[in-house]
Amino acid sequence: MKSPTLLSIQNASLAFGEHTLWTGLDLEVQPHEFIAVIGSNGSGKSSLLKAILGQQELTGGQILMRGKPIASRKIGYIPQSRAVDPASTLRACDLIGLGLDGHRFGIPLPSRAKRLAVARVLEAIGASELAKTPITKLSGGELQRMRVGQAVISEPDLILADEPLSALDLHQQHVVSALIDDQRRAHNAAVLFVTHDVNPILDLVDRVLYLANGKFRIGTPDEVLRSEVLSELYGTQVDVVRNQGRIVVLGTQDHDHHPEEEWK
Amino acid sequence: MTNFDWSRIFNFTDFADLLPLVQNSLIAGALLGLVGGLIGIFVVKRDMSFAVHGISELSFAGAAFALLFGANVIVGSISGSILAALLIGALGTKAKDRNSIIAVLMPAGLGAGILALALYEGRASNKFGLLTGQIIAVDDPQLIWLIAICGAVILTLLLIWRPLNFASVDPEVAAARGVATRALSIVFMLLLGLAVAASVQVVGALLVLSLLVTPAAAAVRVAASPLMATLLSVAFALVAVLGGILLALGGGLPISPYVTTISFLIYLICRLIEYARKS
Repeated sequence: MKSPTLLSIQNASLAFGEHTLWTGLDLEVQPHEFIAVIGSNGSGKSSLLKAILGQQELTGGQILMRGKPIASRKIGYIPQSRAVDPASTLRACDLIGLGLDGHRFGIPLPSRAKRLAVARVLEAIGASELAKTPITKLSGGELQRMRVGQAVISEPDLILADEPLSALDLHQQHVVSALIDDQRRAHNAAVLFVTHDVNPILDLVDRVLYLANGKFRIGTPDEVLRSEVLSELYGTQVDVVRNQGRIVVLGTQDHDHHPEEEWK
Repeated sequence: MTNFDWSRIFNFTDFADLLPLVQNSLIAGALLGLVGGLIGIFVVKRDMSFAVHGISELSFAGAAFALLFGANVIVGSISGSILAALLIGALGTKAKDRNSIIAVLMPAGLGAGILALALYEGRASNKFGLLTGQIIAVDDPQLIWLIAICGAVILTLLLIWRPLNFASVDPEVAAARGVATRALSIVFMLLLGLAVAASVQVVGALLVLSLLVTPAAAAVRVAASPLMATLLSVAFALVAVLGGILLALGGGLPISPYVTTISFLIYLICRLIEYARKS
Protein backbone atom coordinates (compact mmCIF):
# COMPACT_ATOMS: atom_id res chain seq x y z
CA MET A 1 0.00 0.00 0.00
CA LYS A 2 1.38 3.36 -0.95
CA SER A 3 1.57 5.72 1.97
CA PRO A 4 -0.27 9.04 1.59
CA THR A 5 1.82 12.00 0.55
CA LEU A 6 3.00 14.12 3.48
CA LEU A 7 4.08 17.28 1.72
CA SER A 8 2.98 18.24 -1.74
CA ILE A 9 4.60 21.12 -3.59
CA GLN A 10 2.56 21.79 -6.71
CA ASN A 11 3.78 23.85 -9.64
CA ALA A 12 5.37 26.27 -7.20
CA SER A 13 7.34 29.25 -8.36
CA LEU A 14 9.13 32.01 -6.54
CA ALA A 15 10.48 35.20 -8.03
CA PHE A 16 11.81 38.42 -6.58
CA GLY A 17 11.06 41.03 -9.23
CA GLU A 18 12.76 39.92 -12.43
CA HIS A 19 14.80 37.28 -10.68
CA THR A 20 13.16 33.86 -10.78
CA LEU A 21 14.48 31.50 -8.12
CA TRP A 22 12.55 28.47 -9.27
CA THR A 23 9.47 27.80 -11.32
CA GLY A 24 7.21 24.83 -11.98
CA LEU A 25 8.53 23.06 -8.91
CA ASP A 26 6.69 19.82 -8.18
CA LEU A 27 7.74 17.69 -5.26
CA GLU A 28 5.84 15.02 -3.39
CA VAL A 29 7.43 14.14 -0.07
CA GLN A 30 6.41 10.81 1.44
CA PRO A 31 6.43 10.22 5.18
CA HIS A 32 9.88 9.01 6.34
CA GLU A 33 11.62 10.43 3.29
CA PHE A 34 14.97 12.16 3.73
CA ILE A 35 15.44 14.73 1.00
CA ALA A 36 18.52 16.86 0.54
CA VAL A 37 17.97 20.30 -0.97
CA ILE A 38 21.17 21.42 -2.61
CA GLY A 39 22.21 23.94 -5.21
CA SER A 40 24.15 27.07 -5.87
CA ASN A 41 24.12 30.26 -3.87
CA GLY A 42 20.94 32.26 -4.12
CA SER A 43 19.13 29.39 -5.83
CA GLY A 44 16.32 29.69 -3.29
CA LYS A 45 17.01 26.74 -1.02
CA SER A 46 16.28 28.58 2.20
CA SER A 47 13.41 30.43 0.52
CA LEU A 48 11.84 27.07 -0.24
CA LEU A 49 11.87 26.24 3.47
CA LYS A 50 10.37 29.62 4.27
CA ALA A 51 7.68 29.04 1.68
CA ILE A 52 6.84 25.69 3.28
CA LEU A 53 6.68 27.44 6.66
CA GLY A 54 4.34 30.04 5.22
CA GLN A 55 6.82 32.88 5.83
CA GLN A 56 7.45 33.42 2.15
CA GLU A 57 4.55 33.78 -0.23
CA LEU A 58 4.86 31.87 -3.48
CA THR A 59 4.64 33.67 -6.78
CA GLY A 60 2.61 30.76 -8.08
CA GLY A 61 1.47 27.26 -7.21
CA GLN A 62 0.76 25.89 -3.77
CA ILE A 63 2.17 23.81 -0.96
CA LEU A 64 -0.02 21.38 0.94
CA MET A 65 0.63 19.18 3.93
CA ARG A 66 -1.54 16.07 3.98
CA GLY A 67 -3.74 17.80 1.44
CA LYS A 68 -4.27 20.88 3.59
CA PRO A 69 -2.60 24.28 3.90
CA ILE A 70 0.44 24.19 6.13
CA ALA A 71 0.15 24.31 9.91
CA SER A 72 3.63 25.15 11.11
CA ARG A 73 3.01 23.57 14.52
CA LYS A 74 3.53 20.14 12.99
CA ILE A 75 6.90 21.12 11.59
CA GLY A 76 10.19 20.89 13.43
CA TYR A 77 12.82 23.41 12.40
CA ILE A 78 16.58 23.19 12.79
CA PRO A 79 18.39 26.46 12.03
CA GLN A 80 21.97 27.14 11.06
CA SER A 81 24.48 26.76 13.79
CA ARG A 82 25.53 30.20 14.94
CA ALA A 83 26.84 31.88 18.04
CA VAL A 84 24.35 32.44 20.84
CA ASP A 85 23.88 35.68 22.78
CA PRO A 86 26.64 35.68 25.42
CA ALA A 87 24.21 37.22 27.94
CA SER A 88 21.72 34.39 27.49
CA THR A 89 20.62 32.62 30.67
CA LEU A 90 19.07 29.68 28.79
CA ARG A 91 20.18 26.20 29.71
CA ALA A 92 20.09 23.31 27.27
CA CYS A 93 16.85 22.03 28.82
CA ASP A 94 15.25 25.48 28.40
CA LEU A 95 16.20 25.60 24.73
CA ILE A 96 14.66 22.19 24.10
CA GLY A 97 11.58 23.13 26.14
CA LEU A 98 10.95 26.11 23.83
CA GLY A 99 10.21 23.61 21.08
CA LEU A 100 7.45 22.09 23.19
CA ASP A 101 5.48 25.06 24.50
CA GLY A 102 7.43 28.23 23.62
CA HIS A 103 4.68 29.31 21.23
CA ARG A 104 1.86 29.05 23.79
CA PHE A 105 0.48 32.04 25.64
CA GLY A 106 0.94 32.53 29.36
CA ILE A 107 3.88 32.13 31.68
CA PRO A 108 6.04 29.01 31.89
CA LEU A 109 4.66 27.24 34.95
CA PRO A 110 6.56 24.24 36.24
CA SER A 111 5.09 21.10 34.76
CA ARG A 112 5.95 17.47 35.37
CA ALA A 113 4.82 16.47 31.89
CA LYS A 114 7.13 19.03 30.32
CA ARG A 115 10.06 18.06 32.52
CA LEU A 116 9.63 14.43 31.54
CA ALA A 117 9.30 15.25 27.83
CA VAL A 118 12.49 17.31 27.92
CA ALA A 119 14.31 14.57 29.87
CA ARG A 120 13.18 11.94 27.32
CA VAL A 121 14.45 14.04 24.42
CA LEU A 122 17.74 14.75 26.17
CA GLU A 123 18.22 11.04 26.68
CA ALA A 124 17.32 10.29 23.08
CA ILE A 125 19.93 12.72 21.80
CA GLY A 126 22.47 11.43 24.31
CA ALA A 127 22.79 14.71 26.16
CA SER A 128 21.21 14.10 29.54
CA GLU A 129 24.36 15.22 31.34
CA LEU A 130 24.18 18.58 29.56
CA ALA A 131 20.62 19.39 30.67
CA LYS A 132 21.56 22.23 33.01
CA THR A 133 24.50 23.52 30.99
CA PRO A 134 24.10 27.14 29.85
CA ILE A 135 23.81 27.23 26.07
CA THR A 136 26.63 29.76 26.05
CA LYS A 137 28.92 26.95 27.26
CA LEU A 138 27.89 24.40 24.63
CA SER A 139 30.14 23.61 21.69
CA GLY A 140 28.77 24.16 18.18
CA GLY A 141 28.11 20.45 17.80
CA GLU A 142 26.42 20.16 21.19
CA LEU A 143 24.23 23.14 20.42
CA GLN A 144 23.13 21.59 17.13
CA ARG A 145 22.29 18.36 18.94
CA MET A 146 20.05 20.42 21.23
CA ARG A 147 18.51 21.98 18.14
CA VAL A 148 17.63 18.52 16.91
CA GLY A 149 16.02 17.79 20.27
CA GLN A 150 14.16 21.09 20.16
CA ALA A 151 12.82 20.23 16.71
CA VAL A 152 11.61 16.71 17.55
CA ILE A 153 10.13 17.32 21.01
CA SER A 154 6.79 18.33 19.51
CA GLU A 155 6.64 15.08 17.49
CA PRO A 156 6.59 16.78 14.09
CA ASP A 157 5.63 15.02 10.83
CA LEU A 158 8.18 17.06 8.95
CA ILE A 159 11.61 18.34 9.94
CA LEU A 160 13.08 21.26 8.02
CA ALA A 161 16.79 21.76 8.49
CA ASP A 162 18.46 24.86 7.07
CA GLU A 163 22.21 24.30 6.75
CA PRO A 164 22.34 22.67 10.19
CA LEU A 165 25.92 21.49 9.64
CA SER A 166 27.47 24.80 8.68
CA ALA A 167 30.39 25.84 10.88
CA LEU A 168 30.75 22.33 12.33
CA ASP A 169 33.87 20.24 11.94
CA LEU A 170 33.72 16.93 10.08
CA HIS A 171 33.23 14.80 13.15
CA GLN A 172 30.42 17.00 14.46
CA GLN A 173 28.82 17.07 11.02
CA HIS A 174 28.68 13.31 11.13
CA VAL A 175 27.31 13.19 14.69
CA VAL A 176 24.60 15.77 14.03
CA SER A 177 23.45 14.37 10.70
CA ALA A 178 23.35 10.84 12.13
CA LEU A 179 21.28 12.19 15.01
CA ILE A 180 18.82 13.88 12.67
CA ASP A 181 18.45 10.61 10.75
CA ASP A 182 18.08 8.66 13.97
CA GLN A 183 15.42 10.99 15.33
CA ARG A 184 13.38 11.19 12.16
CA ARG A 185 13.19 7.39 12.19
CA ALA A 186 12.18 7.38 15.84
CA HIS A 187 9.51 10.00 15.24
CA ASN A 188 8.41 8.87 11.77
CA ALA A 189 9.15 12.25 10.32
CA ALA A 190 10.22 13.27 6.84
CA VAL A 191 13.25 15.53 6.49
CA LEU A 192 14.02 18.34 4.09
CA PHE A 193 17.67 19.11 4.59
CA VAL A 194 19.12 22.23 2.99
CA THR A 195 22.86 21.99 2.56
CA HIS A 196 25.60 23.25 0.28
CA ASP A 197 27.58 20.06 0.82
CA VAL A 198 25.76 16.80 0.33
CA ASN A 199 28.66 14.60 1.43
CA PRO A 200 27.97 14.41 5.18
CA ILE A 201 24.45 13.13 4.48
CA LEU A 202 25.05 11.22 1.24
CA ASP A 203 24.40 7.86 2.86
CA LEU A 204 21.22 9.09 4.54
CA VAL A 205 19.29 10.75 1.74
CA ASP A 206 16.58 9.09 -0.28
CA ARG A 207 16.32 11.82 -2.87
CA VAL A 208 18.02 15.04 -3.84
CA LEU A 209 16.38 18.26 -4.97
CA TYR A 210 19.03 20.21 -6.86
CA LEU A 211 18.20 23.87 -7.48
CA ALA A 212 20.24 25.98 -9.90
CA ASN A 213 19.72 28.65 -12.50
CA GLY A 214 15.96 28.88 -11.93
CA LYS A 215 15.68 25.17 -12.72
CA PHE A 216 15.75 22.01 -10.68
CA ARG A 217 16.28 18.26 -10.79
CA ILE A 218 14.80 15.71 -8.42
CA GLY A 219 15.93 12.13 -8.01
CA THR A 220 18.21 9.80 -6.12
CA PRO A 221 21.76 11.05 -5.61
CA ASP A 222 22.94 8.69 -8.35
CA GLU A 223 20.38 10.06 -10.77
CA VAL A 224 20.99 13.73 -10.10
CA LEU A 225 24.62 14.10 -9.08
CA ARG A 226 26.07 13.31 -12.52
CA SER A 227 28.15 15.44 -14.82
CA GLU A 228 25.67 15.40 -17.70
CA VAL A 229 22.64 16.19 -15.49
CA LEU A 230 24.26 19.11 -13.69
CA SER A 231 25.89 20.41 -16.88
CA GLU A 232 22.45 20.65 -18.43
CA LEU A 233 21.06 22.28 -15.29
CA TYR A 234 23.78 24.92 -15.12
CA GLY A 235 24.04 25.32 -18.91
CA THR A 236 27.79 25.02 -18.66
CA GLN A 237 30.30 22.21 -18.29
CA VAL A 238 30.09 20.86 -14.77
CA ASP A 239 32.10 17.88 -13.58
CA VAL A 240 30.92 15.60 -10.84
CA VAL A 241 33.87 13.77 -9.38
CA ARG A 242 33.46 10.82 -7.06
CA ASN A 243 36.42 10.16 -4.85
CA GLN A 244 36.48 7.73 -1.91
CA GLY A 245 32.73 7.95 -1.41
CA ARG A 246 32.72 11.74 -1.59
CA ILE A 247 31.12 13.76 -4.34
CA VAL A 248 32.73 16.93 -5.54
CA VAL A 249 30.98 19.20 -8.02
CA LEU A 250 33.41 21.26 -10.09
CA GLY A 251 32.73 24.19 -12.36
CA THR A 252 29.72 25.79 -10.67
CA GLN A 253 31.75 28.58 -9.07
CA ASP A 254 29.81 28.12 -5.85
CA HIS A 255 31.18 29.19 -2.55
CA ASP A 256 30.64 27.62 0.77
CA HIS A 257 29.02 30.51 2.53
CA HIS A 258 25.58 31.90 1.76
CA PRO A 259 25.36 35.37 3.24
CA GLU A 260 22.42 36.44 1.08
CA GLU A 261 20.40 33.52 2.32
CA GLU A 262 20.87 34.24 5.96
CA TRP A 263 17.87 34.94 8.10
CA LYS A 264 16.93 38.57 8.35
CA MET B 1 33.67 72.31 51.39
CA THR B 2 35.52 70.73 54.31
CA ASN B 3 32.41 70.73 56.44
CA PHE B 4 30.03 69.20 53.98
CA ASP B 5 26.84 68.35 55.81
CA TRP B 6 26.20 64.65 55.09
CA SER B 7 22.84 64.93 56.78
CA ARG B 8 21.71 66.77 53.68
CA ILE B 9 22.05 63.48 51.82
CA PHE B 10 21.33 60.95 54.56
CA ASN B 11 18.96 62.22 57.20
CA PHE B 12 16.81 59.91 59.26
CA THR B 13 15.43 62.27 61.88
CA ASP B 14 11.64 62.07 62.09
CA PHE B 15 11.81 59.04 59.78
CA ALA B 16 8.78 57.39 61.37
CA ASP B 17 6.74 60.57 61.06
CA LEU B 18 7.69 61.08 57.42
CA LEU B 19 6.98 57.51 56.36
CA PRO B 20 3.19 57.81 56.05
CA LEU B 21 3.65 60.83 53.79
CA VAL B 22 5.40 58.74 51.18
CA GLN B 23 2.92 55.88 51.20
CA ASN B 24 1.82 56.74 47.66
CA SER B 25 5.41 56.94 46.50
CA LEU B 26 6.19 53.55 48.00
CA ILE B 27 3.22 51.94 46.24
CA ALA B 28 4.21 53.61 42.98
CA GLY B 29 7.81 52.57 43.53
CA ALA B 30 6.88 48.94 44.15
CA LEU B 31 4.82 48.87 40.95
CA LEU B 32 7.58 50.49 38.94
CA GLY B 33 10.13 48.09 40.38
CA LEU B 34 7.96 45.16 39.33
CA VAL B 35 7.40 46.54 35.84
CA GLY B 36 11.05 47.57 35.40
CA GLY B 37 12.39 44.23 36.59
CA LEU B 38 10.06 42.21 34.35
CA ILE B 39 10.24 44.26 31.17
CA GLY B 40 13.97 44.84 31.64
CA ILE B 41 14.57 41.11 31.13
CA PHE B 42 13.09 41.42 27.65
CA VAL B 43 14.87 44.71 26.96
CA VAL B 44 18.17 42.94 27.61
CA LYS B 45 17.20 39.81 25.64
CA ARG B 46 16.08 41.88 22.68
CA ASP B 47 19.07 44.24 22.90
CA MET B 48 16.82 47.30 23.15
CA SER B 49 18.56 49.32 25.88
CA PHE B 50 19.20 52.24 23.58
CA ALA B 51 15.55 52.20 22.51
CA VAL B 52 14.52 52.70 26.14
CA HIS B 53 16.57 55.88 26.23
CA GLY B 54 15.13 57.09 22.92
CA ILE B 55 11.57 56.46 24.05
CA SER B 56 12.13 58.27 27.33
CA GLU B 57 13.28 61.45 25.56
CA LEU B 58 10.10 61.57 23.50
CA SER B 59 8.11 60.76 26.59
CA PHE B 60 9.75 63.79 28.20
CA ALA B 61 8.80 65.94 25.20
CA GLY B 62 5.20 64.77 25.43
CA ALA B 63 5.08 65.52 29.14
CA ALA B 64 6.70 68.94 28.67
CA PHE B 65 4.13 69.97 26.06
CA ALA B 66 1.33 68.71 28.28
CA LEU B 67 2.75 70.88 31.07
CA LEU B 68 2.94 73.89 28.75
CA PHE B 69 -0.64 73.53 27.53
CA GLY B 70 -2.01 72.61 30.94
CA ALA B 71 -2.92 69.09 29.87
CA ASN B 72 -2.45 65.92 31.90
CA VAL B 73 1.29 65.36 32.16
CA ILE B 74 0.99 61.57 32.32
CA VAL B 75 -1.18 61.49 29.20
CA GLY B 76 1.37 63.69 27.45
CA SER B 77 4.15 61.44 28.62
CA ILE B 78 2.35 58.31 27.38
CA SER B 79 1.61 59.94 24.01
CA GLY B 80 5.28 60.77 23.45
CA SER B 81 6.33 57.29 24.57
CA ILE B 82 3.90 55.43 22.37
CA LEU B 83 4.75 57.58 19.36
CA ALA B 84 8.46 56.88 19.84
CA ALA B 85 7.90 53.18 20.52
CA LEU B 86 5.83 52.75 17.36
CA LEU B 87 8.28 54.73 15.21
CA ILE B 88 11.21 52.69 16.47
CA GLY B 89 9.22 49.47 16.12
CA ALA B 90 8.01 50.23 12.61
CA LEU B 91 11.18 51.72 11.12
CA GLY B 92 13.85 49.80 12.95
CA THR B 93 13.27 46.11 12.43
CA LYS B 94 16.99 45.59 11.94
CA ALA B 95 19.29 46.43 14.82
CA LYS B 96 21.47 48.67 12.66
CA ASP B 97 18.57 50.80 11.39
CA ARG B 98 17.09 50.89 14.85
CA ASN B 99 20.09 52.49 16.51
CA SER B 100 20.34 55.28 13.97
CA ILE B 101 16.60 55.95 14.13
CA ILE B 102 16.78 56.19 17.91
CA ALA B 103 19.77 58.50 17.68
CA VAL B 104 17.77 60.72 15.32
CA LEU B 105 14.64 60.74 17.49
CA MET B 106 16.38 61.37 20.79
CA PRO B 107 17.74 64.88 20.29
CA ALA B 108 14.60 65.85 18.39
CA GLY B 109 12.48 64.86 21.37
CA LEU B 110 14.79 66.37 23.93
CA GLY B 111 15.01 69.64 21.98
CA ALA B 112 11.25 69.93 21.57
CA GLY B 113 10.80 69.19 25.26
CA ILE B 114 13.29 71.86 26.28
CA LEU B 115 11.48 74.38 24.08
CA ALA B 116 8.20 73.54 25.80
CA LEU B 117 9.80 73.87 29.23
CA ALA B 118 11.41 77.19 28.32
CA LEU B 119 8.02 78.55 27.34
CA TYR B 120 6.35 77.16 30.46
CA GLU B 121 5.92 79.72 33.22
CA GLY B 122 4.79 77.50 36.08
CA ARG B 123 6.81 76.07 38.93
CA ALA B 124 10.41 75.34 38.07
CA SER B 125 10.52 72.13 40.07
CA ASN B 126 7.92 70.65 37.73
CA LYS B 127 10.22 71.32 34.81
CA PHE B 128 13.27 69.79 36.38
CA GLY B 129 11.32 66.82 37.68
CA LEU B 130 10.47 65.52 34.23
CA LEU B 131 14.12 65.16 33.39
CA THR B 132 15.66 64.13 36.66
CA GLY B 133 12.85 62.80 38.78
CA GLN B 134 10.45 64.06 41.40
CA ILE B 135 10.94 65.05 44.98
CA ILE B 136 8.98 62.41 46.81
CA ALA B 137 5.41 63.29 46.04
CA VAL B 138 2.98 61.14 44.16
CA ASP B 139 -0.55 62.44 44.53
CA ASP B 140 -3.66 60.26 44.37
CA PRO B 141 -4.66 60.87 40.73
CA GLN B 142 -1.06 60.25 39.69
CA LEU B 143 -1.00 57.02 41.67
CA ILE B 144 -4.18 55.78 40.00
CA TRP B 145 -2.61 56.43 36.60
CA LEU B 146 0.51 54.56 37.61
CA ILE B 147 -1.48 51.62 38.95
CA ALA B 148 -3.47 51.45 35.71
CA ILE B 149 -0.40 51.67 33.47
CA CYS B 150 1.70 49.24 35.47
CA GLY B 151 -1.21 46.83 35.86
CA ALA B 152 -1.84 46.80 32.12
CA VAL B 153 1.84 46.27 31.35
CA ILE B 154 2.28 43.46 33.87
CA LEU B 155 -0.88 41.59 32.84
CA THR B 156 -0.10 41.81 29.13
CA LEU B 157 3.47 40.76 29.75
CA LEU B 158 2.36 37.68 31.69
CA LEU B 159 -0.11 36.80 28.94
CA ILE B 160 2.46 36.91 26.13
CA TRP B 161 5.41 35.79 28.25
CA ARG B 162 6.22 32.49 26.55
CA PRO B 163 5.91 33.50 22.89
CA LEU B 164 7.65 36.82 23.59
CA ASN B 165 10.45 34.97 25.30
CA PHE B 166 10.71 32.47 22.42
CA ALA B 167 10.74 35.30 19.88
CA SER B 168 13.36 37.17 21.90
CA VAL B 169 15.86 34.41 22.59
CA ASP B 170 15.37 32.26 19.49
CA PRO B 171 13.62 34.36 16.82
CA GLU B 172 14.34 32.15 13.84
CA VAL B 173 12.97 28.97 15.37
CA ALA B 174 10.09 30.85 17.00
CA ALA B 175 8.99 32.20 13.62
CA ALA B 176 9.28 28.71 12.14
CA ARG B 177 7.06 27.41 14.93
CA GLY B 178 4.36 29.89 14.00
CA VAL B 179 5.01 32.54 16.65
CA ALA B 180 3.85 35.92 15.33
CA THR B 181 7.20 37.56 15.95
CA ARG B 182 6.36 40.79 14.14
CA ALA B 183 3.11 41.37 16.00
CA LEU B 184 4.79 40.51 19.29
CA SER B 185 7.56 43.00 18.72
CA ILE B 186 4.99 45.77 18.16
CA VAL B 187 3.08 44.78 21.30
CA PHE B 188 6.36 44.73 23.18
CA MET B 189 7.24 48.23 21.96
CA LEU B 190 3.85 49.49 23.20
CA LEU B 191 4.42 47.90 26.60
CA LEU B 192 7.88 49.40 26.71
CA GLY B 193 6.42 52.80 25.84
CA LEU B 194 3.95 52.54 28.72
CA ALA B 195 6.62 51.34 31.15
CA VAL B 196 8.88 54.24 30.17
CA ALA B 197 6.06 56.78 30.56
CA ALA B 198 5.33 55.47 34.06
CA SER B 199 9.00 55.50 35.05
CA VAL B 200 9.52 59.05 33.76
CA GLN B 201 7.01 60.24 36.38
CA VAL B 202 9.20 59.08 39.23
CA VAL B 203 12.86 58.83 38.18
CA GLY B 204 12.78 61.29 35.28
CA ALA B 205 13.47 60.87 31.57
CA LEU B 206 17.24 60.92 31.84
CA LEU B 207 17.38 58.18 34.44
CA VAL B 208 14.78 55.69 33.21
CA LEU B 209 17.51 53.27 32.18
CA SER B 210 18.45 52.71 35.81
CA LEU B 211 15.05 51.15 36.38
CA LEU B 212 14.28 49.46 33.06
CA VAL B 213 17.71 48.18 32.09
CA THR B 214 20.26 48.13 34.93
CA PRO B 215 18.47 45.61 37.21
CA ALA B 216 17.97 43.11 34.37
CA ALA B 217 21.49 43.66 33.03
CA ALA B 218 22.81 42.92 36.53
CA ALA B 219 20.57 39.87 36.94
CA VAL B 220 21.65 38.12 33.73
CA ARG B 221 25.27 38.43 34.89
CA VAL B 222 24.75 36.14 37.84
CA ALA B 223 21.58 34.13 37.14
CA ALA B 224 21.91 30.47 36.19
CA SER B 225 18.45 30.07 34.71
CA PRO B 226 15.75 32.21 33.06
CA LEU B 227 13.54 32.02 36.16
CA MET B 228 16.37 33.11 38.45
CA ALA B 229 17.21 35.98 36.09
CA THR B 230 13.62 37.22 36.21
CA LEU B 231 13.33 36.96 40.00
CA LEU B 232 16.67 38.70 40.57
CA SER B 233 15.83 41.43 38.08
CA VAL B 234 12.58 42.22 39.89
CA ALA B 235 14.30 42.03 43.28
CA PHE B 236 17.08 44.40 42.16
CA ALA B 237 14.62 46.90 40.71
CA LEU B 238 12.50 46.83 43.87
CA VAL B 239 15.53 47.32 46.12
CA ALA B 240 16.72 50.24 44.00
CA VAL B 241 13.44 52.11 43.79
CA LEU B 242 12.11 51.44 47.31
CA GLY B 243 15.54 51.89 48.84
CA GLY B 244 15.91 55.12 46.90
CA ILE B 245 12.60 56.48 48.17
CA LEU B 246 13.38 55.62 51.78
CA LEU B 247 16.88 57.10 51.66
CA ALA B 248 15.65 60.25 49.96
CA LEU B 249 12.96 60.72 52.58
CA GLY B 250 14.85 62.83 55.09
CA GLY B 251 16.92 65.03 52.80
CA GLY B 252 14.19 66.49 50.65
CA LEU B 253 16.24 65.75 47.54
CA PRO B 254 14.98 64.04 44.38
CA ILE B 255 14.86 60.26 44.71
CA SER B 256 16.55 59.63 41.36
CA PRO B 257 20.18 59.92 42.52
CA TYR B 258 19.49 57.38 45.25
CA VAL B 259 17.72 55.01 42.85
CA THR B 260 20.40 55.24 40.19
CA THR B 261 23.22 54.81 42.70
CA ILE B 262 21.71 51.72 44.31
CA SER B 263 20.97 50.29 40.89
CA PHE B 264 24.52 50.93 39.74
CA LEU B 265 26.03 49.43 42.89
CA ILE B 266 23.96 46.27 42.42
CA TYR B 267 25.23 46.03 38.87
CA LEU B 268 28.84 46.46 40.03
CA ILE B 269 28.43 43.76 42.66
CA CYS B 270 26.94 41.37 40.10
CA ARG B 271 29.86 41.97 37.73
CA LEU B 272 32.27 41.27 40.59
CA ILE B 273 30.44 38.06 41.49
CA GLU B 274 30.56 36.99 37.86
CA TYR B 275 34.26 37.80 37.69
CA ALA B 276 34.99 35.92 40.92
CA ARG B 277 33.14 32.85 39.65
CA LYS B 278 35.08 32.78 36.42
CA SER B 279 38.51 33.01 37.96
